[in-house]
Amino acid sequence: MGETLTLAGAINAGLRAAMERDPKVLLMGEDIGALGGVFRVTDGLHKDFGGDRVMDTPLAESGIVGTAIGLAMRGYRPVVEIQFDGFIFPAYDQITTSLAKMHARSGGAIHVPVVVRVPYAGGIGAIEHHSESPEVLFAHTPGLRVCTPATPQDGFDMIQQAIASPDPVLFFEPKARYWDKGEVSPERVAAQLSQPDGPVAGTLEMGKARIAREGADVTLVAYGPTVRLALQAAEVAAKDGVDAEVIDLRSLSPLDSDAVVESAKKTGRVVVIHEAPTTYGAGAEISSRVAEQAFFHLRAPVLRVGGFHAPYPGSKYEHDYLPNIDRVLDAVDRVYAH
Amino acid sequence: MDAVGPLSDDGLVRLLTHTGERVEHDFFSPYAAALTPEDLRGFYRAMSLTRAFDNEAMSLQRQGELGLWVQSLGQEAAQIGSGAAMRDPDFAFPSYREHGVAFQRGVDLPEMLQIFRGLKHGAWEPSAHNFHLYTLVIGAHTLHATGYAMGMDRDGLVASGDPARDGAVMCYFGDGATAQGDVNEALVFSTVYNAPVVFFCQNNQFAISEPATRQSKVPLAERGKGVGMPSIRVDGNDVLASYAVSNWALQYARSGAGPVFVEAFTYRMGAHTTSDDPTRYRSKADEAYWAERDPISRLVTHLRAIDELPDDFVAEVENEGKDLARRTRETVRAWEPGPSVGIFENAYAAPHATVEAERAWFERFEGSFVEAH
Repeated sequence: MGETLTLAGAINAGLRAAMERDPKVLLMGEDIGALGGVFRVTDGLHKDFGGDRVMDTPLAESGIVGTAIGLAMRGYRPVVEIQFDGFIFPAYDQITTSLAKMHARSGGAIHVPVVVRVPYAGGIGAIEHHSESPEVLFAHTPGLRVCTPATPQDGFDMIQQAIASPDPVLFFEPKARYWDKGEVSPERVAAQLSQPDGPVAGTLEMGKARIAREGADVTLVAYGPTVRLALQAAEVAAKDGVDAEVIDLRSLSPLDSDAVVESAKKTGRVVVIHEAPTTYGAGAEISSRVAEQAFFHLRAPVLRVGGFHAPYPGSKYEHDYLPNIDRVLDAVDRVYAH
Repeated sequence: MDAVGPLSDDGLVRLLTHTGERVEHDFFSPYAAALTPEDLRGFYRAMSLTRAFDNEAMSLQRQGELGLWVQSLGQEAAQIGSGAAMRDPDFAFPSYREHGVAFQRGVDLPEMLQIFRGLKHGAWEPSAHNFHLYTLVIGAHTLHATGYAMGMDRDGLVASGDPARDGAVMCYFGDGATAQGDVNEALVFSTVYNAPVVFFCQNNQFAISEPATRQSKVPLAERGKGVGMPSIRVDGNDVLASYAVSNWALQYARSGAGPVFVEAFTYRMGAHTTSDDPTRYRSKADEAYWAERDPISRLVTHLRAIDELPDDFVAEVENEGKDLARRTRETVRAWEPGPSVGIFENAYAAPHATVEAERAWFERFEGSFVEAH
C-alpha cells in the first residue's frame, strides 16, 4: 500500500514513475541536475536517469520553454522547472503565444504536451520575487491547463496526469507545503494511466475539484497553499458551531464550477481563499460563476480573502499580506452577518 | 554604397555579381559545383513562380480579397537558394515571409492564403512538408527550431553518416529578429547542446521602417560568432551563393558539428506588408539601386550569358506563372468561412470543461436564431 511522503517527495516519486513509464519524458530546468533543484524536487533523478533526461539548462526561461516546445514537436514530453514563481515572466511569451496556441493554430496537427512546473506562493520568509502567485495569468489563457496539488497524494497523481496529458499544463507547486507529509498510494494513478485512454481520463480527472472537508453551513473554496489554511479555519469555526465545507479546486483551468456551485447551493455562503491578489483573481471568477448559477440559493455575497493589490512585501510583513485564519474567520463572520 | 555595420556589404560570399557575371569563391564554389544548367533553370522557375504568386496575392489584397499580404519580393534568391539546399530529412522553421521556401518544400502556395483571408492560422500540415507553420511572433520560433533540432539529434537523425537519414533544421528570421531575446537564447542553446540548426537570417535591411542599424551596431553575422558558431555573410540576391553557403551549412549541421549562422544580405523591394508605406522612410534612389540588383534578373543575365535560357523555356515559365496566378485567384475567391462553432475546435487536445460549456452555449444561441426564422 501507500507510504508517507512529503509533497516534494511525492512529486519526485511521480516524476520518477512518469520517466520509468515513458522514455520520452525529459526534465529541463536550472539546477535540476546534480543539485536536484533548489527545492530538491528532482533529487536523485539525474543520478538515475542521466544528464540526457534530466537536463540542466542555460539560465534563460524563455529558452527553456521555447526549446521544450520544439522537443515536444518531435514527440518528447518535456517537464520544465521554473525555479521560482517570480521568474516565469521571461517565459510568459513562449507559454501564452506559442505553447498555448500551437495545437489550435496547427488545426490539431501538432501536440505540445509540455509541463511547466512552478514552485509558487509565499509564507517561507523569502526575498523579493520568490513568493508570488501568478497562476490566474495562465488560467486566463485558452489552450493551457492549470492545476495545483495541495496534498502529497495529489502531488504524486497530478504530476503524472499532467505529464500524460496531451495538452500543455502549468503545474503550480505550493512551496510552503513542500514538506507537509501524507499518505501516498501509487496504485490508482498507475492503473488509470495504463489504460488505453488513460492520458485523456487522467487529464479530465486532474480538472475535478475535491471536497477536502464536508460541511453544511459555509463553503470555503481554496487551492494549493490555502487548502490547509481553510481546513484549519474550518476546525476553529466548528468550535463556534459553524460547519464549513472546504473545496480543494485542484485545477484552475478547467475550473470545476459544478463542484463549487453544488456546494454553494447547499450552504448558501461562499468564501474564496487564495494568496494571489483578489483583484481580477480566481475568487472573482468563482464569485461570478456562483452568482450566475446559484444566485437564488445565496444567503450572502460571495467574499474573497486574498493578497492585496500591492507588490508582495518583505518577508517580515508577509503574514499580514497573506490570507490567515483571522481573515478567513472574519469573512465567515461577514457572510453570517447577512 | 558606403553603408556601415549591418548595412555594409563587407565580406559577402558571392558567385554572381550584380551584373550577372559568374565569379569564384575559394571556399564556397565547390558547394555549387554540382549544379547543372537545368538546376539553374529550376531556380529561375521557382523564383519566377514565387514572384508570380506574390504579385497575385498583392492584387488580391488590394481587391479586398485578403486582409493582409506580406510580399517576398526581392528575397527570392535567398529563399530559393537556401530552400533548394535542403533535403528531405531537413526541417524548416519559417518566419512569415518565406513563400519561396514554402514553394521549395512543396506547399501549395494558394493554400497559404487561408491565413491572410482570415480563415486559419496555419494552412498546411508541417510534417507533410517538413516545413513548420509561419510564426508571427518575431523570433519565437528560433527556440522551437532549436528544440526540434535537439530532438533530431536525440533521435539519431544527425551524424549517422547516412545521407538519407541525416538532417538539420533550417531556421529563417529577419534582421529585426536578431535584437530579440529569443533569438539570442536560441543561439546559446543551440551551441551548448550542439544542435543541428542553420540560422538563416535574411537581412532585408528593414524591420518595417527601422533600418538594420537600429538592431545592431555590427554585421548581423557577428551574433553567431559571439556564441562560437561558424558565421557567414552571403549575398542574398545571388541564388548560387545562397545555395552554396546553405549547402555547406546544412552539411556541417547534419554531420553533428553544430549550428551555423548565415546572414543573407538582401533587400525588401516591397513594403513590409500591405499596411506599410515605405515612401515615409526610404528614398527612391535606394529603391532604384536595389532594383538594379533584382535577384531574378541577375540569374537571367547569367543564364543568357552561358546560353542556357531558351526563349521557349522563359515563355513556359511565364505561362506557368499566369496559371498559378489564375488558380490562386479562383481558389481564394471560392473560399467561404465554415460554421463559427469551429473556433472551439482544437483549443485543447483533450476535452476541457470550460470550452465544452461555451461551445454548447454558442450552439444553442446560434440555433435560437435559426428557429426564429
